[in-house]
Amino acid sequence: MQLFDIVFYIFALITVVSGFVVVFSKNIVYSAFSLLFTFFGVAGLYVLLNADFLAVTQLLIYVGGILILLLFGVMLTSKVINVQMKTGTLQTFPAVILVAGLAGVLCGVFYITDWKRATLPELKSTAPKLGEMLMTTYLLPFEVASVVLLVALVGAAMIARRERPVGSEKSKVKS
Amino acid sequence: MPLQVGLTHYLFISAILFALGIFGVATRRNAIMVLMGIELILNSANINFIAFSRYGALNLDGQVIAIFVIILAASEAVIALAIVLNIYKMMNTVNIDEVDKLKE
Repeated sequence: MQLFDIVFYIFALITVVSGFVVVFSKNIVYSAFSLLFTFFGVAGLYVLLNADFLAVTQLLIYVGGILILLLFGVMLTSKVINVQMKTGTLQTFPAVILVAGLAGVLCGVFYITDWKRATLPELKSTAPKLGEMLMTTYLLPFEVASVVLLVALVGAAMIARRERPVGSEKSKVKS
Repeated sequence: MPLQVGLTHYLFISAILFALGIFGVATRRNAIMVLMGIELILNSANINFIAFSRYGALNLDGQVIAIFVIILAASEAVIALAIVLNIYKMMNTVNIDEVDKLKE
């Protein structure tokens, strides 16, 4: 077993174990924090797959952005004072059976299928090539993505700070 | 299963993450936990894309697609959290089985 394989198994273990904690933990704060380790493990897998730029992007956007956002959501919507961090689950038993079956079927299909193999040529760094592709082949999706981000920004601000009609009893919460 | 790490190993990891995400979306009552499940699902899709870009015939295109997935995941999280905060302000709960009104 080579060093590459050992590192892969370590990252895979981090990813899967913390993924289990995310889903099965009763305390939502524990879930949010173990989601951090899941993202970290996935970034490590990206590094092993020769996707260095993607790994850094994963850390910056997921860990630095989305996770912080989710934590803000947890803090703003849980009743911290009343210790109501615990979240309930519904229909756990049928869901476990269905999801285990789904995972089994997926793994079986992945294992049986004879994938078309072609190894990516070794690159020193993928960032220059990715930038070139974003500016040539994928120029239109790139621009559309920028518009989508702008719309999401404006829309989120609009939704989150909607003014209440004056006179309703909740109008005192308007910001 | 060969011990040498290859395409199949990454696909197994992504299958497990996908199943966990589906489980989180299906069973948790808290809307933010549902969002976390969605993030797990998107991550598993990304692992697939990049694994195929490394071992399959999907050259660097796979990585570009993964970048777009990350962009869309970010904007989805922002919008969904804004909606969740709004729901919390209006109905004082984020349990999605209790949110059964379309307006106040």
